[in-house]
Amino acid sequence: MNIPMEHGILLAAILFSIGLTGLLVRRNVIFMLLSVEVMLNAAGLAFIVAGAARGQADGQVMFIFILAMAAAEVSVGLALIIKMFKIFNSVDIDKADTMNG
Amino acid sequence: MNIAFYIASVLAIISTLLAITGKNAVHALLYFITSLLSVSVVFFVLGAAFIAALEVMIYAGAIMVLFVFVMMMMNMGADGVKKERALTTPSMWIGPSIISLLLFLEMFYILTNQTSQSITMLEVQPDAVGKLLFSKYIIVVELAAFLLTAGIIGAYHLAQKEKTIHHRFLQNENDNL
Repeated sequence: MNIPMEHGILLAAILFSIGLTGLLVRRNVIFMLLSVEVMLNAAGLAFIVAGAARGQADGQVMFIFILAMAAAEVSVGLALIIKMFKIFNSVDIDKADTMNG
Repeated sequence: MNIAFYIASVLAIISTLLAITGKNAVHALLYFITSLLSVSVVFFVLGAAFIAALEVMIYAGAIMVLFVFVMMMMNMGADGVKKERALTTPSMWIGPSIISLLLFLEMFYILTNQTSQSITMLEVQPDAVGKLLFSKYIIVVELAAFLLTAGIIGAYHLAQKEKTIHHRFLQNENDNL
């Protein structure tokens, strides 16, 4: 295995940029949450590449924490989406800018 | 092994692009699962077999099932695609794409202008990960446990049904308030 470290980091950067574009463009809340997942996964990939280049386990440990955080974030985020869908009957994020409690 | 890394990278990029640009939510989700599986191949090639297995099990297995479940609760079929077309028009893509492309080009410039160190990827055994997780990072494990507990309670509280008052007398009193 003789892959330059830059290529791995570059893959993470590309995936992160795609996720950022999706987050900025989409107005559907489900797609926005999906884009956040793409960005989190790219950050984890960068940790794994750095850990593999050093030959140390710290990168993999950090990925496990990112995984736990992503799971907690998705459960709360999807609960919020369900709540929003019940109130506004839509997944359009622009409808949620007038929250009267 | 090198060629597997590059093929999986191209697959991951293409399927992520399709997931982000898709109109049908379920199709986009399936493309994202493909992307996660290709990233897991990348992890395997980089010598992190344990993390590759975790990615398939937790990300592609558990988290994506949650997404599918919520999508089924919302009943977005062929009607959802029409609504999605109205929500995101093609002209919306221009501005944000330029912004993130500029940021990516900046990162590309920084990465390629470094003194290139030819680093060979070293394999890390799962037992090293476990030993480190429960010795040096034990406090972070505890914090992750707090976070997950808070996540469970928060999700339960948010998804709870609002209390309805069935008694006629109390109903009127509630209306007057």
